[in-house]
Amino acid sequence: MQNSVEKYLRTEKLPHIWCAGCGNGIVLGAMVRAFEKMGCNQNNTVIVSGIGCSSRAAGYMDFNTLHTTHGRALAFATGIKMAKPGIDVFVIMGDGDAASIGGNHLIHAARRNIDLTAIIFNNQIYGMTGGQYSPLTPPGSIATTAPYHTIERNFDLPELARVAGATYVARGTTYHAAMLTNLITAGAAHKGFSLIEVVTACPVSFGRRNKMGGAYDMLMWQKKQAVSVEKAKSMTPEELQGKFVIGELYKGAAPEYTEVYDRLIEKAQGKSEEE
Amino acid sequence: MTEVIPLARLMQGNEAVAEGALAAGARFFAGYPITPSTEIAEILAKKLPAVGGKFIQMEDEISSMAAVIGASLVGLKSLTATSGPGFSLKQENLGFAALAEIPCVVVNVQRYGPSTGIPTATAQGDIMQARWGTHGDHPMIVLCPASVQESFTLTIQAFNLSERFRTPVVLLSEEIIGHSRERVVLPDLSEIKIINRKKPPAGLDRYCPYQADADGVPPMANFGEGYRYHVTGLIHDESGGPTTDPKKAESLINRLNNKIMDHLDEITMTESLMTEDAEIIIFAYGATARSAKSAVKKAREMGIKAGLFRPLTIWPFPAKEVAALCARANAIIVPELNLGQLIGEVERVAGLDTRVTGINRVSGEMIRPDEILDAIKTEVKVKKHAK
Repeated sequence: MQNSVEKYLRTEKLPHIWCAGCGNGIVLGAMVRAFEKMGCNQNNTVIVSGIGCSSRAAGYMDFNTLHTTHGRALAFATGIKMAKPGIDVFVIMGDGDAASIGGNHLIHAARRNIDLTAIIFNNQIYGMTGGQYSPLTPPGSIATTAPYHTIERNFDLPELARVAGATYVARGTTYHAAMLTNLITAGAAHKGFSLIEVVTACPVSFGRRNKMGGAYDMLMWQKKQAVSVEKAKSMTPEELQGKFVIGELYKGAAPEYTEVYDRLIEKAQGKSEEE
Repeated sequence: MTEVIPLARLMQGNEAVAEGALAAGARFFAGYPITPSTEIAEILAKKLPAVGGKFIQMEDEISSMAAVIGASLVGLKSLTATSGPGFSLKQENLGFAALAEIPCVVVNVQRYGPSTGIPTATAQGDIMQARWGTHGDHPMIVLCPASVQESFTLTIQAFNLSERFRTPVVLLSEEIIGHSRERVVLPDLSEIKIINRKKPPAGLDRYCPYQADADGVPPMANFGEGYRYHVTGLIHDESGGPTTDPKKAESLINRLNNKIMDHLDEITMTESLMTEDAEIIIFAYGATARSAKSAVKKAREMGIKAGLFRPLTIWPFPAKEVAALCARANAIIVPELNLGQLIGEVERVAGLDTRVTGINRVSGEMIRPDEILDAIKTEVKVKKHAK
């Protein structure tokens, strides 16, 4: 019997390229469950991705899929959404992809509040190139390019997106997989720029070097370190040190870019006097 | 009474590019401000929404190129415009468009380089970058206008070739053309030949996005039209899925290049002036050809058998046409506003039988007609000595 989410997958492209224990498959699973939940129109949906392990997820899904250049997924997606606002656009990026080489596009997509749903697979490392530190690698971690330890502070990506203008911001983990499906569904339903950061495990290129154990231990680490939005409210900054907050972190309202542009077209065509 | 031509206007080169894009059916522009191309963005910011099109000023040059590819993939004819430093930044995504076969037009209004150079000075320094700027073996069509009128017509042609061959096309203008104002006669829209991308038939059981027809060009379904498929910058098979299979990789790269090289008759545009009996030929493109034309006319007045050959398509290089010239002429002079870029191609085709000399200027100024005339006279002397 066909699983109800299987229709969203290009099963002929499986098995995937990810290592045993990688969390990316869990994120992919949460995505297709979210598609099922929202009754997604595959023909009218585009999934754009950047470069890295996570970005291979696009190719496994049966949609209009666009695997772009490193860091530029949001820029390609902006062109798509702008050209055809009626199309639903999801954007898959990794932490290095979205926060380092693509950081500029991230803040500007957020600032425009363009209706894209960005899902950032945060495994805290450059996995595909073998374990170099990213802007989301916690300070003090070991990476191939930080053999002593990383000395750079890491971004709080949802916070960065929020202050840049994103109107839906959330964080989930691969441990809390059911919650992740809900966050993706809510992010997709939200009109405007949505960002969902997903803490996921890279046992091979991050966990191993940082003595975090195997895939199971890394999932347990997520469970231990994650604090729900509700619980975080009653905790002091000291208590939250080293933890990360999960759930719906921010939901706001602002004009959506393509809708505003449509009104500008009406004005340019003399159909409306509205500013 | 003088005849009034309603569509005749005084226009700037950059404005003609914008008008050409609109006439070609372009409905999407993404760009970033840069001298001396900015007017193209400014004009399209105003005119595109008025025709229901979209304009976006992106956060940088790289994202502009990316947005253009995205917009084209969902069916809008798209362009960006830039100059030297911005053209450098666009190269990676230009390669993506070439490999993923996404039609789009990139206008590069050349300025003096390298680096920030002299932003307001003219140059022809991006000839090789336009061909080889992005990494790997890739096809590239590059057109060079020599006038404001041609900025209009070649922009339309750039879109047509881009749609016909599913490939990015570079319109390589120059500061002096982009900022010059000349009389332009815009044809009636009904007189303009427009080519749109070849679509797959509806209702296929399986659409293979990279399965080419006999002409080497695969039909292109736009995203959102019902055929769901994968587009990637990785080497891919006919389904669009990534592959590292050596045979498939080689066959893809060969097809991408052959789809252009097998249709040179549709792509190569050249202009010849008095070359039939010419002993000395000036090979010149872009604004430099304007000086060359003047020099050739003066030389003829002096009884020198000079001619002008002007490629409008500089890439692919019109090797067949240049070879025919070399069979007739004793000498070819190649004036360029660089230290000698396209001359290498002329020399390659000319071999050892025809003298090829360059006139090169990297001062940010034009090469004057009298300087080209002097070079012609020198060739006449060389010929006498040879006898």
